[in-house]
Amino acid sequence: MKRLIAVLLLIWLAAPALAVDPAEMLKDPALEARARTISAGLRCLVCQNESIDDSDADLAHEIRVLVRQRLLAGDSDTQVVQYLVDRYGEFILLKPVLAPHTLVLWLAAPTLLIVGGVVLFIAARRRRTAGPVALSPDEQQALDDLES
Amino acid sequence: MTIELGHFALVLAVAIAAVSAVAGLLTWRTGERVSLMIRQGAVLQFVLVAAGFAALVQAFVTSDFSLALAYEHSHSLQPLLFKITSVWGNHEGSMVLWIMILVLMGAAVAMFGRNLPRELMTLVLSIQSLLVAAFGAFTLFTSNPFLRLDPAPIEGQELNPILQDIGLAIHPPLLYTGYVGFSICFSFAVAALISGRIDAAWARWVRPWALLSWCFLTLGIAMGSYWAYYELGWGGWWFWDPVENASFLPWLAGTALLHSALVMEKRSALKIWTIFLSLITFSLSLLGTFMVRSGVLTSVHSFASDPTRGLVILALLAVFIGGAFALFALRAPSLRAGGLFAPVSREGALILNNLFLTTAAAAVLVGTLYPLVLEALTGKTISVGAPFFNLTFGAVIAPLLIVLPFGPFLAWKRGDLIAVTQRLAAAAGAAIFAAILVVALGGGMVSLAPLGLLLGFWVAFGAIAEIIDRIGLGRMPLSTSWHRLVGLPRSAFSTALAHIGVGVSVIGIVTTTAWQLELITTMMPNTTQTIGSYALKFDGVKDVQGENYAAERGLFTVTTPGAADRVMTPERRLYQASGTSTTEASIETYGFTQVYLQLGELGPDGSRVVRAWVKPYITLIWFGAIIMALAGFLSLTDRRLRVGVPRRKTAPAPAE
Repeated sequence: MKRLIAVLLLIWLAAPALAVDPAEMLKDPALEARARTISAGLRCLVCQNESIDDSDADLAHEIRVLVRQRLLAGDSDTQVVQYLVDRYGEFILLKPVLAPHTLVLWLAAPTLLIVGGVVLFIAARRRRTAGPVALSPDEQQALDDLES
Repeated sequence: MTIELGHFALVLAVAIAAVSAVAGLLTWRTGERVSLMIRQGAVLQFVLVAAGFAALVQAFVTSDFSLALAYEHSHSLQPLLFKITSVWGNHEGSMVLWIMILVLMGAAVAMFGRNLPRELMTLVLSIQSLLVAAFGAFTLFTSNPFLRLDPAPIEGQELNPILQDIGLAIHPPLLYTGYVGFSICFSFAVAALISGRIDAAWARWVRPWALLSWCFLTLGIAMGSYWAYYELGWGGWWFWDPVENASFLPWLAGTALLHSALVMEKRSALKIWTIFLSLITFSLSLLGTFMVRSGVLTSVHSFASDPTRGLVILALLAVFIGGAFALFALRAPSLRAGGLFAPVSREGALILNNLFLTTAAAAVLVGTLYPLVLEALTGKTISVGAPFFNLTFGAVIAPLLIVLPFGPFLAWKRGDLIAVTQRLAAAAGAAIFAAILVVALGGGMVSLAPLGLLLGFWVAFGAIAEIIDRIGLGRMPLSTSWHRLVGLPRSAFSTALAHIGVGVSVIGIVTTTAWQLELITTMMPNTTQTIGSYALKFDGVKDVQGENYAAERGLFTVTTPGAADRVMTPERRLYQASGTSTTEASIETYGFTQVYLQLGELGPDGSRVVRAWVKPYITLIWFGAIIMALAGFLSLTDRRLRVGVPRRKTAPAPAE
């Protein structure tokens, strides 16, 4: 934790060198476009919730360069991502993988939607079959009084 | 001296709140005099907290650095506005602002809620006072803003330069008013659960508060988004940052609450659900406060964090949220459901709205908290970022937008889906036409953009179609339509307007995301580069001196057909007191489109790194939000909603 804070301080004190730099961009526009797409899904490890594409941290710069190196070396997009996951762990992925430990994360909202939908459907059907509620004795009495 | 008086005022306010809460909860059935005391106490609490807040402002404005808080977060060279905003640009001060709005809401209920039944009034103010007492004590004991330094330092440190912006003057007060406003709905819900009495009248009292809070929260979120957009420097306007999510969650729940309270007020149905949403909305506000204040998520927004405070807030959270939901579980089954309706009806549509909105809120909540919980339980660290939220949130919101225009068309109790579909056909056709037109003129197909556009136009046109249909435009003589238009209740306009706002925001989001242009390059002085139809001429860089910073200012001239040349001046600033450097983007607006320009580093050959973006129709995102908020305010002026105004007996109730 202390090391992390030290790293953070170093980054903040350094003059802001902003996000993607012209010097690090690839000549081939198709390859560069792929690098940008991959970057947008990778987390800047020392930042809060920022992709390396948006971050001005030094580490983000290094990973951006690394992504481009791998692409130049002929890796496919998935190979580049896998390479980075092997080095930095799952933490680097802004979109978590679907695995046992992320099952709840991915399934929570769809489950709620389906269960909620089913409950509403059943409630609606039951309401239709139940029909109007019978009058209470007091109400019946009042009605009888009126009618007579 | 004023600081001690302010300190004393806050202590006194907390004491009054504690006494009010206890006395009120013990005697709400019988105590007529206690009720009066609590009402006066609520007003007094506000006066006292406002006095405490004023004492802080006074110390900051006069740069009295014997106040530890002013020393830590202000500087004598800061412009006056930023001296004032420094008061809440930190943990302690922002808690005082939070509490001030809490007591303001309580005082407003005490003063304007004269026609509330006495028991309900006593209970509501007791719960509100309980909140004030708890969070006031938290502030005084763990984050006291009134502490002094001896000897007093000559000069203060500085407010974080990123926060030295007009945004800090507007964003937190709006956001907090929204957040904390929902405390009234919470107090009303708890009061209803305690007394066991809840009816359509209850919904009528609650809805204006929900609406008012929702309007402020909408504006606060939009303002925060725009602030991040121009301040953080690369033109992103929403990051799914946990702190942003913290404000977005109560908004989603609050939006659901507005709609369900509508059903309850008009049809006396959905009572339990409305109570539940009232509780959950403010609980999410509290959770947001916890997430931001405790530092459990360290992010760009969190300018204060301290773990011991975090634990105390967590305990408060557990007591209030846990207590409220325990009460809910105990009492909710005894509340009787009302109003019968068919599945295809206005009620049914609003229930569907609630299902989608709560699922969307759940998706955001789970995504925000999951990494924390997973790490706490298993030690595994994962990230949940924008790609996850865009996917899950989008998947839930898209169907909501598809069904949205049907809602206002359907009749209460029993609607006719086929008839409504026929009446919406024109709107659907217009939306398809508009979407095709934009794609054809605007730069071609980009993945899902046409579908997104279609949804945006569909929602906006559907809302307009509803007004046209209601006034019978085209079906009846113009004069009849005009009379009908004038006779429409304001709530009809506000419904349509709010939905138009949703459509406008969606359109802005889609155009910006799909057709943004980007230019990242190096430029020598006196050269020109083009981005889209905009030519950027780099005229050079000059040094400028601000009140408390030195900056290099880039000078650019932007030329585009059909508009006069404009000068853009992005800056790189160095704040002298703290030695922090920031970049200030320069933004020029052409219609609804913006050019966003940023000055980068100096190269060895005298060139400059320049980053430029063209963001087509991006301002629609925030205009949409402003339209939504205006719609809310418009609805608040509707006679039928105004609290304390008896309904005119002579006027017949408008036909629904």
